[in-house]
Amino acid sequence: MAKIKGIELIKDGKRLDGRKPFETREVEMKVGIIPNANGSAMVRFGKTTAIAAVYGPRLLLPKHLQEMDKAIIQCRYNMAPFSTDERIKPGTSRRELEISKVVRLALEPVLFLENYPKTTIDVYVEIIQADGSTRVTSVNAASLALADAGIPMKDLVVALSGGKINGQLILDLNGIEDNNSEADVPMAFMPNKKHITLLQMDGELKHEEISKLINEMFKAGEIIYKKQIEALKNRYSE
Amino acid sequence: MRANYILKLLEKDERLDGRKLDQFRPIAVEKGVIERAEGSARVKIGKTDIIAGVKMEIETPFPDTPNEGTLKTNIEFAPIAHPDFSPGPPSEDATEIARVVDRGIRESNSIDLEKLCLVEGEKVWGVFIDLHVINHDGNLIDASSLASVAALMNTKIPKYEDNKIIRTEFVGKLPVLHTPINVVVSKILDKYIVDADKEEEEVVDAWLSVATREDGYVCAMQKGGSKALSLKDIDYMIDLSSKKSKELRKHL
Repeated sequence: MAKIKGIELIKDGKRLDGRKPFETREVEMKVGIIPNANGSAMVRFGKTTAIAAVYGPRLLLPKHLQEMDKAIIQCRYNMAPFSTDERIKPGTSRRELEISKVVRLALEPVLFLENYPKTTIDVYVEIIQADGSTRVTSVNAASLALADAGIPMKDLVVALSGGKINGQLILDLNGIEDNNSEADVPMAFMPNKKHITLLQMDGELKHEEISKLINEMFKAGEIIYKKQIEALKNRYSE
Repeated sequence: MRANYILKLLEKDERLDGRKLDQFRPIAVEKGVIERAEGSARVKIGKTDIIAGVKMEIETPFPDTPNEGTLKTNIEFAPIAHPDFSPGPPSEDATEIARVVDRGIRESNSIDLEKLCLVEGEKVWGVFIDLHVINHDGNLIDASSLASVAALMNTKIPKYEDNKIIRTEFVGKLPVLHTPINVVVSKILDKYIVDADKEEEEVVDAWLSVATREDGYVCAMQKGGSKALSLKDIDYMIDLSSKKSKELRKHL
């Protein structure tokens, strides 16, 4: 999506899609959607949809990749060619490679990897439609898929994005806001102890704006946390 | 064993090489080290040694920015630099570093890209920053970012005539508006250190890279490492990083 010069993203306190600054988009979460996987989930924020599947812990091969005293996480974030306006070439881009890494690290602190030596926990995330904030949507989907796989976790991982448009701090950037923002800050955290496991930022922000945004993301994250729990409960109530 | 020793020392606020927790190793910046490149710099931080070369090429602009030059940052973990580096496509870590350095420069609007337009929508200058690791002893991000900005400040734009780049003649300097500086702050146990060397990096719990501009704005951040951070950690790390960035900027 293109950058639009001089675009007004916020007017009378309302964003282009009618949201207030700290309002998230409609969120949908569904657990257990891929029968073949040990755990799976779909998470949708507005028009951004991520599907995650977890396979494992399973024996890691080839052998030389194994860790003798713990499991490793192998993570791949991938965008479907049809997920954006312009077709995305298949194959891993630099951007996707980096996101795969930060998503993996966002999940690592909640797992007990030492319980599964020589194995891998494979976390695969496919973005089937992208409208901003895809990496944080991926983390939410992966968190649910891990829980669905029955892998013990210290906490769920909640993720969302914050940013700044036309001088105003906001939450949950959509595609057009993402492309025209003054800053964007994706974050993931363990809600119970407010431990941050993913944090990136680009744009221009004062230190105090960063702290304010993180606090707002903690607040809005509570709602996302509840939705995750609800989605997990629904899996077994049907 | 060595790792335990590092941790033991840190409990007493000490480091293997006697540095303070917030102290860098000696820094050396040398500009214009590659004559064939349009801009270059070699940065040494302790035993870490990196060369940044800038090449200017004619490119087609991106459709959404038809009147702006392009920027691309790449890092090569040359197998000469460390026993663990092997030939092959860029690793995940290399890709991350290249993108972290790229973002600091891009998001701070360091280069006046509009001045690099030749024919709108058709021809613009592309700025290619290539980082070559010569010796890896930790803290590749800070060294790469410092080398990149130093190389950009040293870059001249060649003459472009009759669809040809004349690399022996120059029309001026690359318009560099801002000097973003990356400083990674690492957390080990409950201590924060800057400029972790290779051995220290092995025991780092979490790190935060912060790119600060000369006017104090933060332009890019990246959290790494396998442990989590609190908001208190992050506030402290941003402050320390900004403070150290002023020190590093003096080397430009």
